[in-house]
Amino acid sequence: MNDPLLKLSGLTKAYPGVVANNDVSFNIRAGEVHALLGENGAGKSTLVKTIYGLVKPDSGTMTLEGAPFTPAEPRVARAAGIAMVFQHFSLFEALDVAENVALGMENPPPMRDLAARIKEVSETYGLPLDPSRIVGDLSAGERQRVEIIRCLLQDPKVLIMDEPTSVLTPQEVEILFETLRKLQSEGTAILYISHKLEEIRALCDEATVLRLGEVVGTCDPRTSSAREMAELMVGGTLHVPEREIGESGETLMKIKGLSVASPAEFGTSLKGINLDIRAGDVIGIGGVAGNGQDELLAALSGEIRTPAGNIFFHDQDIGHHAPDLRRSLGICAAPEERMGHAAAPDMSLTENAALTGRKRKNLTKNGFIDWASARTFAEEIIERFDVRTPGTANAARSLSGGNLQKFVIGREILQDPQVLIVNQPTWGVDASAAAAIRQALLDLAAKGAAVIVISQDLDELMEISDYFAALNEGRLSPLRPAQGLTVDEVGLMLGGAHDMEVAHVDA
Amino acid sequence: MNLGSIDPILLLASLMVAATPILLAAIGELVVERSGVLNLGVEGMMISGSVLGFVAAIATGNAWVGFFVAALGGAGMALIFGILTQFFLSNQVATGLALTLFGLGLASLLGQGYLGVKAPSFPDWHIPLLGDIPVIGPIVFQHDPMVYVGLIIVAGVWWFLNKSRAGLVLRAVGENHEAAHALGYHVVRTRLLAIMFGGACAGLGGAYLSIVRVPTYADGLTAGAGWIALAIVVFASWKPLRLLLGAYLFGGVTVLQLNLQAAMLSLLDILSAILFISAVLVILIGAIKLRTVTKKMMLWALGLLIAAVLIYFYAAMGWPFNETLWLSSSPYIATIFVLVIMASGGAPGSLGKTFHASR
Repeated sequence: MNDPLLKLSGLTKAYPGVVANNDVSFNIRAGEVHALLGENGAGKSTLVKTIYGLVKPDSGTMTLEGAPFTPAEPRVARAAGIAMVFQHFSLFEALDVAENVALGMENPPPMRDLAARIKEVSETYGLPLDPSRIVGDLSAGERQRVEIIRCLLQDPKVLIMDEPTSVLTPQEVEILFETLRKLQSEGTAILYISHKLEEIRALCDEATVLRLGEVVGTCDPRTSSAREMAELMVGGTLHVPEREIGESGETLMKIKGLSVASPAEFGTSLKGINLDIRAGDVIGIGGVAGNGQDELLAALSGEIRTPAGNIFFHDQDIGHHAPDLRRSLGICAAPEERMGHAAAPDMSLTENAALTGRKRKNLTKNGFIDWASARTFAEEIIERFDVRTPGTANAARSLSGGNLQKFVIGREILQDPQVLIVNQPTWGVDASAAAAIRQALLDLAAKGAAVIVISQDLDELMEISDYFAALNEGRLSPLRPAQGLTVDEVGLMLGGAHDMEVAHVDA
Repeated sequence: MNLGSIDPILLLASLMVAATPILLAAIGELVVERSGVLNLGVEGMMISGSVLGFVAAIATGNAWVGFFVAALGGAGMALIFGILTQFFLSNQVATGLALTLFGLGLASLLGQGYLGVKAPSFPDWHIPLLGDIPVIGPIVFQHDPMVYVGLIIVAGVWWFLNKSRAGLVLRAVGENHEAAHALGYHVVRTRLLAIMFGGACAGLGGAYLSIVRVPTYADGLTAGAGWIALAIVVFASWKPLRLLLGAYLFGGVTVLQLNLQAAMLSLLDILSAILFISAVLVILIGAIKLRTVTKKMMLWALGLLIAAVLIYFYAAMGWPFNETLWLSSSPYIATIFVLVIMASGGAPGSLGKTFHASR
């Protein structure tokens, strides 16, 4: 087993203005789980797309089982035994499970046989699936099963998994790992991309770390600590947010029996939500994507109006207040989708700053916008939150995701809200910027504001929350103190394993 | 009332002929939209097809050559649209509208010398045996071949989309072009082929108007048929068999209203009669087929009855009513009404979105 199954040597790929991969070399052996680590933009995606035949390298070679391997397109790679589970963008919601599987295969059998095969394989690996269901109706975990089964049906030699656990509950992750270990014992090599370091330590045999397109090191994740790996990824020491545990203050906002229908077609309705929001608290709300996070934020921020008697702010019923009015009262919010929801992509940073800061920062004079103060406000955000941009006149679209996120969060924090609601505050933000955002949220809470953080990143929630609650199918669990919660307890709060079972094939 | 002047066999037979141009154009556009492209240039491709087909048919004296050239011309027009939208990433709505304007102008120019010229004959096809069946024979089996070509195309498209691998890929491309690209399918190539198929079908539909239906060329011959085809695709929820129903319904009501106008029948009387009969039918269906008459059905029947009485009352009072206007609009109203009631399923996920393979 010492000959590498897949050997990458000197892979280089440059795009205009950026070198995505620079002289990347490493080997993967059969039956090995190999982790690929790196921050956003480190070149992980480009590298796996090269292996999968979606990207052609400028130079460098690949060898698969001793023979040169230059896939011109994904079907060639698939035929050679490479399979990939994508992070996004690879399922067709309006088609059924069998059709989705057929699309990922080179020579699919007739539909009836395929349905039988899907049933058989899905049960062997403990990932039950009904081949005739429409993918649009499946949960995130079930969708991932579709992707995995699509790969398994082709008996892959190398299985690439791009951030597979970002949408799973801890129990579902455990089941996925069982499946992967079973595959590993059958001799399949697995290239596993993630930035969840604890998972990598639990699963992988070897890790290659990428930074700015180059291999900066390899390590054995079973013996290295998560901190060592993180510092390799970031290329410096990592600042961990500090928090002072303070006393909870008076109740600022109270939600009583809130039930609202979702305005979106495939959305989740909120069902009987109760929540007391007290000054100085950071409330973390976890949950797998699509369990009512967007709806909860919209109901709190005022995008969805609610009937009287559900939402109170300082004992005033605000269910029918529009977002602007709530902002004047001191309730600010930053939704998940940055482009087009939190910020208007084609408007300048000054304009975007004025859009939500108008009331609380007094950016209007006699009904006209006071552009000078709006610009000052935007400059203040850029300065305080280290937003990398040439100036306030730049369009929001021109900022990278992480930079725009810092701008959006900073804009709300600097308005000095009494209650701040954020959804996925550090999604797609690199580790050091994420730490800065978390620190800013904690500082705000320390000044006596209440902060509600809705996130799918459990590590983040455990790091900053005083209290934790889980959203599951539109229902919110009771608040529990975050300190002392175990991962298992959190997983059960998130809805457990959604009827998955552990692989029951003897290895 | 003079219903005797309408021959039901002739009426049903001409329904199939009246529906064919729209059916052809619509089935082509259905494939285009299922691949995720919105081509609003159907009208322009249709009228180009009608003039090109007509000119070729006159020049060779053979209607089949005309249809062939029309299909090529339509596909060529569509290719312009395809290159602009798929390679130069132009806006599909604007490009489609421009294609319509371009087609109308081009047809007007090319058709200058052919106004009022009569098309070469394209005889009906009397299918042996089947055509001799009384009543059904003349209605279904005694038409010109293009009527059957249209039906075969619809059946072929249905089979292609639902049963073939290539059709699955086409639907996948229309549903989520990013995912299809990630799996290694050729989004642009698939779409170009679909766009050209759509153009060829629209060209055939246009040529059917100038060679068979009218049969001569005149400026503005298509008179909005391309837009109707576009609307039928949407109201048929992008499903070929519903599209067939929609096109025949539209053709049927068009023929019927012309006959009604000729027979000088009162639309209001007919409407109240239709509503009354529907009310009775709702009750009968409930009583016989489902064996129960639910409260909902009673309400429907009651509503239909009230509407019938109101319309009858309006007619009996002799209040003003523009017979011609309502009759002329009846095909549109009836088609939209029926297809909207049946509507199910949404548009292809990537419909009208520009695809660019980045990274």
